[in-house]
Amino acid sequence: MAVSIEDVRYIAALARLRFTEAEEQRLAEQMSTMLEYVGQLQTLDTTGVPPMSHVLDLVNVMREDVVQTRISREEALRNAPDADEAYFRVPRVIE
Amino acid sequence: MTYSTFADARRALDADETSCEALVSSFLETIDADNDRYNIFLQVDREGALNHARYLDSQRKRGHDRPLAGLVLGVKDVICIKDREVSCASRMLHGFESLYDATVIAKLRDAGAIFIGKTNCDEFAMGSSNENSYFGAVRNPLNPDYVPGGSSGGSAAAVAAGMCHAALGSDTGGSIRQPAAFCGVVGLKPTYGRVSRYGLVAYASSFDCIGPFAHSVEDVAWLMEVLAGQDPADATSAPVPVPAYREVLGGSLHGLRIGLPREYFGEGLDADIRRVLEEVVGKLEAQGAEIKELSMPHTDYGIATYYVLTTAEASSNLSRYDGVRYGYRADLDEIRAALAEARTRGEAEQSVLRELYVESRTDGFGEEVKRRIMLGTYVLSSGYYEAYYAKAQRVRTLIRSDFDRAFEEVDVLLTPATPTPPFPLGSKTDNPLEMYLSDIYTVTANLAGVPGLVVPVGEHPSGFPVGLQLLGRHFDEALLLQVGDAVMKLS
Repeated sequence: MAVSIEDVRYIAALARLRFTEAEEQRLAEQMSTMLEYVGQLQTLDTTGVPPMSHVLDLVNVMREDVVQTRISREEALRNAPDADEAYFRVPRVIE
Repeated sequence: MTYSTFADARRALDADETSCEALVSSFLETIDADNDRYNIFLQVDREGALNHARYLDSQRKRGHDRPLAGLVLGVKDVICIKDREVSCASRMLHGFESLYDATVIAKLRDAGAIFIGKTNCDEFAMGSSNENSYFGAVRNPLNPDYVPGGSSGGSAAAVAAGMCHAALGSDTGGSIRQPAAFCGVVGLKPTYGRVSRYGLVAYASSFDCIGPFAHSVEDVAWLMEVLAGQDPADATSAPVPVPAYREVLGGSLHGLRIGLPREYFGEGLDADIRRVLEEVVGKLEAQGAEIKELSMPHTDYGIATYYVLTTAEASSNLSRYDGVRYGYRADLDEIRAALAEARTRGEAEQSVLRELYVESRTDGFGEEVKRRIMLGTYVLSSGYYEAYYAKAQRVRTLIRSDFDRAFEEVDVLLTPATPTPPFPLGSKTDNPLEMYLSDIYTVTANLAGVPGLVVPVGEHPSGFPVGLQLLGRHFDEALLLQVGDAVMKLS
């Protein structure tokens, strides 16, 4: 199961990442090596084995639906790369 | 005088031979003298630590003591301390200030612990050598040409270098236990859900655990009495009572059933590590423990299962870093210029916002993080989900069943922590798969959710100590601590 340069570009677009051609080449090789290694899982018969959903089989942890204010708006905006008093700012998306 | 263990420091405090302030000052001196050489602390909170120490001293004078007063702690820089930077050793979060305390931080502070600084680690806790930090590699204090292990390499090294009594790390596939082994300190990965993850920056949420490093098992037990317990802010934390861990130390090993899983002692294990462990096993047997060889047939599938599931979870968790609300944002003028240039070449139009995501993530993340996001995105992508992700979740069930069966026959499993002693800096950075395989004995505990304790034993011809790993039943940290304490005192 070799990963091609086209695969790398397609996956990078999904992951919102960009690579140089040299990086694409290296990633194609490294991902191929990893996927070949991971391919050993296919040799195991898992018929009838349920996929794990939680290591402890904890289910449905519920709590009362009560509003709790832990962080104010000012605080939430504190680490923003760009914000005004009330909002995060992003470049205009509608021309 | 720093008193390498907290237990010793506590006795000295109680005898009025030292003060919290003196303890902090002494550790600060060591940090000042040695931190440049090992690159362990990313930030040192000199004033905050000294002020807190003085406050604790004045409280103690008035008779208000706290169980961990005087405990000086390093904190891996993936755990939030309010108003302090949490960089995750990444350009992406460089300068980001936590808005709140992690639950473990709030509990420890309340118990009297003093946070001396944030420790270096692999970027977003992804790595086995601490060479993936945006702020440079950590060096092993036992020999600075060698790696300290990862991803919590800074925390393990901080304890080994005498820069704090203890430190917090996180363990997703061995990130506490492997560096503990490489630096010759004690490290515990608790049961999944034993310790709250609230305020731990997420890598792979169904694997991540916070746990302590220290010089002694007693100190680890002391810390666990505070760290463990259910937390309403973490729905995956378990409603299981917390025992008084220190009380179990020193108990008899007579009749204890210790399992040696064959798959952990097979090909690939360094011969001297094997020899040292066999000597320990002999001593345990002489103490009345029953030694039993057994098989855990799915062990060899651990690394493959681990890398499918954790990269998948990482690709999802790290999608939040988009340059909009926090974290690194690429330069908008440069993005606009690049788009204008692409337009003149007649290329398809991209939105500025999309480019902002792409450029911010591309510049903000390091190589290993991007490699794992790519692999995770691949295994989750349409057409491959069943073959990789769903398959790996089934194998994860089989790996946990191995543990369930083993714990019907024995009370605790004894294994090596790592297949080899520490490796030289730079020796595995070009080969990701080889690097991943250094976690072969530790990933299984995270896949099954069981606790794992690593203690240093004996000496390897390389000059490094050997890490011995004990694996136990879910929530049976107490037994691991009891056996680990005995092992350290025997060897």
